[in-house]
Amino acid sequence: MMTTTQIERQTTARRPQTVKVGDGRMAALLLSPTFLVLALVVAYPLLSAFRQSLYRSQSGLDDDGFVVTGDVFVGLGNYVNIFTGTEAGRFYNALWNTTFFTFTTVGLEVIIGVAFAVAMNRAFRGRALLRASILIPWAIPTAVSGLLWRWIFQADGVVNSITGVEVLWTAEGFAAQAAVIVAEVWKTAPFIGLLVLAGMQIIPGEIYEAAKLDGANAWRQFIGITLPLVRPALLVAVLFRMLDALRMFDLPFVLIGPRKSSVETLSILAWDESNQLNYGTASAFSIILLIYVAVIAYAFIKILGADIVEAKARRATPKKKATR
Amino acid sequence: MKQRRPVRRALSGITLLTAAALSLTACSSAGQAEKADVSLTDRGPISYVSSPDASGAAQQSIDAWNDTHPDEQVSWIELPLDADQQRQQMAQNAQVKGSTYTILNLDVVWTSEFAANRWITELPKDVIAIDDAIPATIAAASYRDTLYAAPYYTDGALLYSRTDLLTAAGVNSPPETWAQLEEACTAVLALPEAADMSCYAGQFDKNEGLTVNFSEAVNSANGSLFDAEGTPTVDTPEALTALNFLVDGFASGMIPQAAITYQEEQGRQAFQDGNLVFLRNWPYVYASFNATDGSSSVQSKFATSPIPGENGPGVSTLGGRNIAISSFAENKATALEFITFFTGRDQQSDRLELSSRAPVFSEFFADETVTERLPYLPDLLTSLEKAQPRPTVVNYGATTAAIQNEIYAALTGVKTPEAALADLQVALSDITSN
Repeated sequence: MMTTTQIERQTTARRPQTVKVGDGRMAALLLSPTFLVLALVVAYPLLSAFRQSLYRSQSGLDDDGFVVTGDVFVGLGNYVNIFTGTEAGRFYNALWNTTFFTFTTVGLEVIIGVAFAVAMNRAFRGRALLRASILIPWAIPTAVSGLLWRWIFQADGVVNSITGVEVLWTAEGFAAQAAVIVAEVWKTAPFIGLLVLAGMQIIPGEIYEAAKLDGANAWRQFIGITLPLVRPALLVAVLFRMLDALRMFDLPFVLIGPRKSSVETLSILAWDESNQLNYGTASAFSIILLIYVAVIAYAFIKILGADIVEAKARRATPKKKATR
Repeated sequence: MKQRRPVRRALSGITLLTAAALSLTACSSAGQAEKADVSLTDRGPISYVSSPDASGAAQQSIDAWNDTHPDEQVSWIELPLDADQQRQQMAQNAQVKGSTYTILNLDVVWTSEFAANRWITELPKDVIAIDDAIPATIAAASYRDTLYAAPYYTDGALLYSRTDLLTAAGVNSPPETWAQLEEACTAVLALPEAADMSCYAGQFDKNEGLTVNFSEAVNSANGSLFDAEGTPTVDTPEALTALNFLVDGFASGMIPQAAITYQEEQGRQAFQDGNLVFLRNWPYVYASFNATDGSSSVQSKFATSPIPGENGPGVSTLGGRNIAISSFAENKATALEFITFFTGRDQQSDRLELSSRAPVFSEFFADETVTERLPYLPDLLTSLEKAQPRPTVVNYGATTAAIQNEIYAALTGVKTPEAALADLQVALSDITSN
């Protein structure tokens, strides 16, 4: 336990800082290009999409058959329509699918990813090869892996040939959801594995040696040393993956197809609306998705990732952590 | 090590921002449609906006034009292969009134939408060779009796049959009606060599192919999706007969269960592997079936015919592409001249050597030098002479989505055929009324 405390002290040692008058103005000046870029690529699209979501394009045909269009301000009408309108069922279904996919895929990815990391962290012949091969799925573009899995899951595909049972994976239903989950986990478990591996490699070997001397077996070492020390890295990886999974679009779209209710996510719904040139509703869906992502991320940090937020407080009292 | 925590916090902040930015789709507001410029004046360089053409035939035509028109060069702006993305890019260009796109290569089903929004310009009927073209292709290039585009190439449905098995079962001619199709199947599937085969498949996955197959079935049962005034007419006995043909087909096993996942390619593979007696598909699969390199197990064992219907030969839907001029383009006089050159007889003839796409002039369908290479052309012409365009509605995207939703629900047993058609009638009425 002493070793941990020392490490904590080392990591948190900081150079003394002196703040001069005028530093703040200089800092603001130096940061202004960053703020400008952020305003352009984040704030502007955000505000523009919000504004768009308050309008509805109305179109009709005049006597000659030409389209007459105009944007009508409807206030929160698009949102009310999404939550209580005739198509509300489709929205709640998509919301459920998005949540379901996020939690199942990220859950499985954590288990498999940590197992990958443990395997990759061992010293053995061919370790570099194993590391590279585990990362291949992550390097393949999602749309391409969607197509690959579509071949595997199609009616006369590999899966049905091996199992000998004809399951129509790319039609509707739970089979379709299972196909998406399998493909998504295959693709992104290496990502978690990679980040966890990075976390594992900075755990000093002495801790394990000390544990061995104390008679801890491999499982005890994993629970007592590896997991607590990779927890920060793991939480960041899980947060990244959750934000990513909540936006899931290309995999269900390519693997199963658009407008299939069992795999329709919020992003696909937004795409479908914008494809029909209903930009108001599409923007409203995007804003709802944005708020949902923000809420989930905030809840995640609050409940699980307390040390991400409280890092500063803990730095001041490193001993407290060491005694945990 | 030192910076681990602050970096991590910054990272999660950046993640939030990135996620926020990424979850927003790019948006642009649709402006008021303005009166399109109908005068086709000005000359100069223009652009041809199209999906890639792997055959190189279109590029050959453009090169031929560019060789003789040094001051009015045509440059090719290549769009993605995916049709939805092509439509979206062209629609967005029109909404910002961009002049970059001059000549648009439009799917036949988008023509009404583009015309009604005044995104494309009216074409003079006397300049485009409309008299030589198959009538259905001109209808598909028009909106409310006004010509908005020139037909580029056309496409129709064919029934592919396993002639070897039909002969063995004593069936001497391809089926012309649905009843004959089922009889032929019963006879063929009784053969020992056809024990593991299925009878018939089309395209029934939830995508554009389903709209095509359903609308063909309705037209082949003497019904229609819309009447002449554009009012939907799907809650009718004819449409029910058509839908029942498909639903009962799945229930009886005439159509294999796996066909609910078939788009064009999966059905092609199934027929090519010898698992199907009959397949409804486009002409493009002919080359794969006829391949002599061993990839096809049906080579020289199949034939084409027009698709069957309720009481006689069925009615194909019309596929293919049209060429139109963007309303917001410059140099429209050059554009019109290029269109007449590009879709004219000589270029169609030249392109036939490279491309297997069906020409729009009926004379080629009887030309022996052409039919020797593309033997399905006479059957395709029969099919096209009766062909009906898919619904020529302005909001085609919403229309086809509604059709796919309801028909897919009926085929998968989620709704009864009667309920699906009643719901479809309501949905289509909503779409066409606003």
